[in-house]
Amino acid sequence: MSTVLVFLEAKSDEPTRLSLEALAAGVRLAAETGSQLAAAMVGAASASGFAMLGGAAQIYAISHPLLARYTADGFTAAYAQLIAKLQPDFVLFPHSYEVRDFVPRLATRLTRVLLSDVIGFEVASGQVTADKVTFTRQLFQGKLNGHYRAASPAPVLASVQAGAFRADSPSATTATVETFTPELDAATIRTQPGEPFRAAAQTVDLGSAPLIVSVGRGIKDEANIAIVKELADALGAELAASRPICDAGWLPMERQVGSSGQTVAPKMYLAVGISGAIQHLVGMKASQCVIAINKDENAPIFEIADYGIVGDLFEVVPALTAAVRKAKG
Amino acid sequence: MKIIVAIKQVPERDARIRIDSSGKWIALDDIEFRMNESDAYALEEALLLREAHGGEVIVLSAGPERVGQTIREALAKGADRGIHILSDSLASYDALGVARLMAAAIRDEAADLILTGLQSDDLGLGQTGVILAELLAIPHSSLILKIEKTDTGIRVLRELEDGWFQQIEMPTPALLTIQSGNTRLRYATLMGIKKAKTKELRSVEAASLGVDAVPSVTLDSVALPSRQKSTQMLTGSPAEAAAKLVEKLQQEVRVL
Ligand SMILES: Cc1cc2nc3c(=O)[nH]c(=O)nc-3n(C[C@H](O)[C@H](O)[C@H](O)COP(=O)(O)OP(=O)(O)OC[C@H]3O[C@@H](n4cnc5c(N)ncnc54)[C@H](O)[C@@H]3O)c2cc1C
Repeated sequence: MSTVLVFLEAKSDEPTRLSLEALAAGVRLAAETGSQLAAAMVGAASASGFAMLGGAAQIYAISHPLLARYTADGFTAAYAQLIAKLQPDFVLFPHSYEVRDFVPRLATRLTRVLLSDVIGFEVASGQVTADKVTFTRQLFQGKLNGHYRAASPAPVLASVQAGAFRADSPSATTATVETFTPELDAATIRTQPGEPFRAAAQTVDLGSAPLIVSVGRGIKDEANIAIVKELADALGAELAASRPICDAGWLPMERQVGSSGQTVAPKMYLAVGISGAIQHLVGMKASQCVIAINKDENAPIFEIADYGIVGDLFEVVPALTAAVRKAKG
Repeated sequence: MKIIVAIKQVPERDARIRIDSSGKWIALDDIEFRMNESDAYALEEALLLREAHGGEVIVLSAGPERVGQTIREALAKGADRGIHILSDSLASYDALGVARLMAAAIRDEAADLILTGLQSDDLGLGQTGVILAELLAIPHSSLILKIEKTDTGIRVLRELEDGWFQQIEMPTPALLTIQSGNTRLRYATLMGIKKAKTKELRSVEAASLGVDAVPSVTLDSVALPSRQKSTQMLTGSPAEAAAKLVEKLQQEVRVL
């Protein structure tokens, strides 16, 4: 019987939401390929988080003092050893920053290429071999989808994009947690990671703002931010931005929305000149109403927008500001 | 410090995406190309390090003839020399194949540091640099914002999720993948552009590097994404569209 192995990531011993989404992808892939599901996570087998890995027939607690803090060398060696032991046909990961960091190295060690950041897969009916599954991933920052297939024998490695699969509510697991102790040598870990830290304290809390107007690179120049600010003021909304705007210093970093900034869920999120790259979308997808103004009718932001205006923001934004002011009297 | 910067030429950001007749890639006939964004930041970090500590900056790029322009652009910005892995069929290699070509082309350079962008704007695999590190058996770190030289190697600043950061100490030689946006990019000066014409740009045929092109993953087809949500498009002149949106904000979204 073939095996789907899902590696989950833990934060404070609990699997991350993204990991549970990867597990959900694994549950589906196992069902559709007639495989058994195994799940693994770094941590002590006694940790409560393992109870959340419902659906897996086998659960492994990867346990070793040298894995206490993430290093690419340590995790690559440990994961490679579990893969060698289980000989899975498919190996799934959450597409986290950690996975981005070391799984390409792990795949290379197995002479494979990771299918990174996949948003879905399709199993050819009646076929279960690894090369019969088509994985879809985004190209050109979401403007195009690519359909990929493994051309080499198992294992197939894929990491799952945030939000692409719905995390199932954890079902109680009946599987016992088995401890897997990899053989690791401190001398082979070449990097010394420091303690994670946060940048300066935040003074704007976009997370609680009911209305947000967010500006992206379509604004072209720092001086033009003023027209978006006027719209935000007219609406009584907070001003936010995509990353390039904050990188350029046009707005402070604390106003950045996205995977490396803040996560927001306002009643209304109005995106002006923002293309809708996944790293931006993960920060605002939960908004109740998304409105996009973009000159490109194929911009990915329209895929998640409730209302859209295709047009030049330099014409639409001032017109909208005027209309809002008029409506407010 | 001897630093190699791997750069990729990609379609310009606002390029119109049309699928070509093979159904496997986009039509490239009327497309402008430029240096991949995060690679431009990798080049900038390399030039800053050379300015601070001396040494040499070598740019490396793989692709057809036209890639030469992007290498010249990097030379014009201040890189010392270039290596061009010439191939008209780079798409027949997967990320491991491309990294193998790169490893074969630079192994003898014995660089102290290899920098790449963190992902390409077209394929977005985000892997080539990390794979290259494994092939060269050197340590790596990804999503790097800052590099400092230390007595024993380097100290780098790595971006984590949700606004968190981390310092990492590592020995050299090492490979780093660079995140966009942490510095201002320099422009090529007229003088730089003139000088670039005389700088060494060595071409190596991909086929001469002894790398097996058999991929372990293949891109079978591409397609325009289908909309998951039905977006109500508000049409008309800017004033008309604005009026329609205000109506929605009042009656449906109820925020006005
Ligand atoms: C690890 C990682 C973390 C990241 N974290 C974040 C993050 O936290 N937040 C974030 O936002 N990004 C993040 N990014 C970057 C992200 O991938 C995108 O590059 C970024 O979101 C793009 O910003 P943008 O949409 O403003 O710019 P672009 O993608 O350049 O889009 C500009 C848009 O403006 C439109 N436009 C141009 N001119 C006009 C006009 N006159 N009128 C109307 N529309 C116009 C264009 O059609 C285009 O759609 C991250 C990337 C990585 C790799």
